[in-house]
Amino acid sequence: MNLAYILSRAVAQGLPFLYGSTGEILNEKSGNLNLGIPGIMISGGVAGIVGAMLYENSVAVPNGKVGLLVSLLFSLLCSVALSLIYCFLTVTLRANQNVTGLAITIFGSGLGNFYGGSITTLLGVSSSSVAATTAAYKAPLIPFYDKLGAVGTIFFSHGFMFYLALIIAFVSWFVLKKTRTGLNLRAVGENPATADATGISVTKYKYITTCIGGAIAGLGGLYYAIDYSNGLWDTNSFGDRGWLSVALVIFVVWKPNLAVLGAFLFGGLYIADIFVPGLTSATKEIFKMLPYLVTIIILISTSLMKKKENQPPASLGLAYFREER
Amino acid sequence: MSNAAIELKGITKRFGSVVANHNISMTVSRGEVLSILGENGSGKTTLMNMLSGIYHPDEGQIFVEGEPATIRSPKDAFRYKIGMIHQHFKLVDNLTVTENVILGLREEGRFSLKKSAEKIRKICETYGFQIDPMKKIYEMSVSEKQTVEIIKVIYRGAEILILDEPTAVLTPSETKNLFAIIRNMKKAGKSIIIITHKLGEVMEISDRVAVLRKGEYIGTVETKTTNEQTLTEMMVGKKVDLNIERTDPHDCVKRLELTNVSVTGKDGVKILKNVSFHAKSGEILGIAGIAGSGQKELLEAIAGLQKLTSGSIIYHDPKTGKEEDLRDKTPLQIRELGVRLSFVPEDRLGMGLVGSMGITDNMMLRSYKSGRGFFLQKKDPKGLANKIISDLEVVTPGTETPVRRLSGGNIQKVLVGREIAAAPTVLMAAYPVRGLDINSSYMIYHLLNAQKESGTAVIFVGEDLDVLLELCDRIIVICHGQISGTVEGRKATKEEIGLMMTNLPEEKEDAE
Repeated sequence: MNLAYILSRAVAQGLPFLYGSTGEILNEKSGNLNLGIPGIMISGGVAGIVGAMLYENSVAVPNGKVGLLVSLLFSLLCSVALSLIYCFLTVTLRANQNVTGLAITIFGSGLGNFYGGSITTLLGVSSSSVAATTAAYKAPLIPFYDKLGAVGTIFFSHGFMFYLALIIAFVSWFVLKKTRTGLNLRAVGENPATADATGISVTKYKYITTCIGGAIAGLGGLYYAIDYSNGLWDTNSFGDRGWLSVALVIFVVWKPNLAVLGAFLFGGLYIADIFVPGLTSATKEIFKMLPYLVTIIILISTSLMKKKENQPPASLGLAYFREER
Repeated sequence: MSNAAIELKGITKRFGSVVANHNISMTVSRGEVLSILGENGSGKTTLMNMLSGIYHPDEGQIFVEGEPATIRSPKDAFRYKIGMIHQHFKLVDNLTVTENVILGLREEGRFSLKKSAEKIRKICETYGFQIDPMKKIYEMSVSEKQTVEIIKVIYRGAEILILDEPTAVLTPSETKNLFAIIRNMKKAGKSIIIITHKLGEVMEISDRVAVLRKGEYIGTVETKTTNEQTLTEMMVGKKVDLNIERTDPHDCVKRLELTNVSVTGKDGVKILKNVSFHAKSGEILGIAGIAGSGQKELLEAIAGLQKLTSGSIIYHDPKTGKEEDLRDKTPLQIRELGVRLSFVPEDRLGMGLVGSMGITDNMMLRSYKSGRGFFLQKKDPKGLANKIISDLEVVTPGTETPVRRLSGGNIQKVLVGREIAAAPTVLMAAYPVRGLDINSSYMIYHLLNAQKESGTAVIFVGEDLDVLLELCDRIIVICHGQISGTVEGRKATKEEIGLMMTNLPEEKEDAE
């Protein structure tokens, strides 16, 4: 096992984190502490598998590209639907964001594992194979990557979702930092009453951003389900990736550009046990602790930091009600 | 075209069964400063909020430049060139001045912070503002933030500016600056409406005064032809004695003695530096200073809620005649000695009262230790609650109504009433009249005076210098956590105190 290969696995491991945390950053920038993200990721992933499987079973010779589009569509629809429920409860009905988020996560992971666990029976299809779709996901965009040496292996051996994640993170950073929309969005998350007084529609911004954020997070689940685990859903195998994505947001101080680095670091830590040779199954578990340990350390250190710019959006977690003074 | 920039005709606004504004008709002329004068709850802000698009009138019509106008949102208001500067600033702390100013705007052309900053600099030059467009809001003082708010509405092309209680948070010199700015804007042909209940300012700055009382429009008078007494009568509806009766202090003995008290804040900054003074029984000691100069910490230190880094607080117990150092005592022990803190912080419910509990339960917060047995004894606190309600004319549906639902003035009465009820030997009151109307304010002053008569050492932290000068026997002035001077309430002038609030005496600064 060479280092380049391990690092390429770390990058692959990091992609769900990158999607998840970019989505969560957008959510939190609008003032929504969306703890439903882990659930949205799981059900978004399984929805992708469901879509691909329905397609591949309905035609004799499945076309991978069509399967890819169908699964993408299913995943996005599912994530946006869950995000809309979250928005309706927290923005329109002003329910507690933490409770709502946890409910969405419990519901989303239950829904995902329910379909993922007994998928063929539930769908009434004969084959559980989504091989064509998986192949379309895994096809490297740069075919000659193996000629680029270690760099090629680490960065360019991945399918299109690697590039998509980077593009989404970069665009998110650009919009937040450099555009009028981003400025308005940041104002909504920091001080919705002020944003409202200047004529920004707080509700609209929260709904749209939360749905886009949820859709992005769902893509993380989709990548994991079809690309990373080859379209075979194993109940609970997604693990704590969703929660770690939420934690990563704090680590990268709400900056999507830093999220790229943070995600790959977390990806590496997540599989740190394979870096170290000669571990027994018991000692492996200690290494599996690393991402959580790092999260705790980060939480402590960011809480100690006093810099105003590195604080969470000021109205994070609070419902906005115009008439309340 | 008539000279009226805005005309209101028969405006009525109801909130549920409460009529906030009833059939109000008035005009605002171009290029004038109009004061809207009225007590708290008289509907001044509600009326102006209808101009700025926060509320929509139930009845009546607003005319802007002679045309009927429908203002349904702040955006509409800007279209009619009306901009409002709210009492609580609507600024995003984490953004720069420029970002705050252009927030929510849809300007032509590419998004460029540099171009906008340039435009802001030009506005600053025109009106004489001193603001760096790239500074973040959280690094600014209150008066700077207010300036940003003014820039914000001018940037949006406002011709009519509404300022809601603009001087409430300013020092005398900052108020002077603001008035200079207002005069500049008036010269530039803008109409300015100031909502206020401070008579002195009305007389100083405005051309005309419109008076509201309990949601009704009483009338508009030219400032030149009126005086404070007439305006008060219009505002309150009956003759009010504007003088605070100050008796000479008698039987003064030292009750509290602070020597070189220092307090260090969380981030290591010294909040109080070597503060020494004494408070005597039977007198009211005023503490003047810009908000946040350490007044809160000083009172908390005396009440045992703040750790001292050095210094001592000696309490002369009138019962035993012994001297006690409050430094070694817990807040509870200090309270039992008779030192009472009726702290009315910026947020009325922040300290002292629990918003979701009724008056009775709030009374019990101070006496829960005295109950016998396992179960709550509600009888005595309930009696006390009823006594406070009747003595202080607290308007409430009942003793069990959550205090949060009461108006600000009534909440304050409950808080002060509870602390006075304990017959304290030292009574500390911080901003007890903040946000209260004239009647309630004077009631609180009378209560404090009554305490002084009965031999309590009263410490009064205030912001209105006129009141401090009329109420207090001695005034200590605090500046950046240090005492910059002590003056006699009967002899000192406002200017003298105002200067001390912002400047430390030379020798003290050298000593550092």
